[in-house]
Amino acid sequence: MARPLIHIPSDIRRGDIIEIKTLISHVMETGYRIGVTGLPIPRDIIEDFVCQYNGEEVFRARLAPAIAANPYISFFTVATESGTLEFSWTDQHGKTQVQITAITVT
Amino acid sequence: MRQHDPEKREPVFGKDRAQSKKAVGARLACTALLLLAAALGAAIAADERRSGSDFMSAGTRAMQDDDTQNPGMLAVIDGETLWNEKAGGSGKSCADCHGDARVSMKGVAARYPAFIAAAGRPLDLEQRINMSRLDDQKAAAFAFESANLLALTAYIALQSRGMPIAVAENAQSEPYIEAGRVLFEQRQGQLALSCAQCHDDNWGRHLASSIVPQAHPTAYPIYRLEWQQMGSLGRRLRGCMSAIRAEPYDYGAPELVDLEFYLMWRARGMTMEAPGVRP
Repeated sequence: MARPLIHIPSDIRRGDIIEIKTLISHVMETGYRIGVTGLPIPRDIIEDFVCQYNGEEVFRARLAPAIAANPYISFFTVATESGTLEFSWTDQHGKTQVQITAITVT
Repeated sequence: MRQHDPEKREPVFGKDRAQSKKAVGARLACTALLLLAAALGAAIAADERRSGSDFMSAGTRAMQDDDTQNPGMLAVIDGETLWNEKAGGSGKSCADCHGDARVSMKGVAARYPAFIAAAGRPLDLEQRINMSRLDDQKAAAFAFESANLLALTAYIALQSRGMPIAVAENAQSEPYIEAGRVLFEQRQGQLALSCAQCHDDNWGRHLASSIVPQAHPTAYPIYRLEWQQMGSLGRRLRGCMSAIRAEPYDYGAPELVDLEFYLMWRARGMTMEAPGVRP
């Protein structure tokens, strides 16, 4: 997995409902496609996405083979305090990509 | 097999057995007018030109316009890494010679394909990158359509975003642009269709459920939803050729570059929007 793109709004006030947008590069191969060799292309997908806000889980998604390549996930949360957002994507092989982003709440 | 028949672009009339001389005369005049219209109307008027993004759904357009949603930006960040990575026998990165791409590569993609004296013919941006890798970095060329080549191209193309397409129109480039135009207007493949029949004459209409765009390469390399990955203009052209059941030119073939050159010239002055998202 390569570097993800994370977008958090700027100028956040305490109590604001904010939209967090994430995009990660991944083939999301379904396992149902046949390659040029005539053999099925092995399934290779991200299965789990978690966002922790200062250590507390605020969002989790389970991904399935029908999800397109390079999954874009956006969700909302309430800005409570400054700190970090930790995003992690785990693929079916158990490999995890973690991205930590700072969040400033005024 | 390719068919060379560039002149056959007039509308086809239905058969009419009982014709008076008057009707024949009127039909001849009408045909002449239509032929003239076909000859003159071949090109899309400058103010009628529209980018492919104009024909997309609002959702796809929003995806392109928002850098946090545009999957092409993933290629861009990989390209930025490659730009700064030392490679090959020279031990130099792109940045070691070209510095900050945001400055040195500004407007570059809008000028490609371009005639390169050392190559003796026009090269597209992908080929020019590989030329620099081979000659300057002493590194192996990236394969066409490889993630690395597309990433570096996307990073360079991004630096021209918002700028007008401005390929060189001079004595050196003209023969190649003209060769590209001939290819564009030449019927090809088992369906015996030319590029122009769809993209000059029938843009805006439907081909199955898809709207036929005008074929202006304003956003390459693109992230195509159908491909679920990045791809070059060459890949797109090859896809079109397969669709009309013509034998596609190989990646990097002179004919393909000529066609790219003509298309960029045809889109001159239009705004670069790379990395684009297309359906």
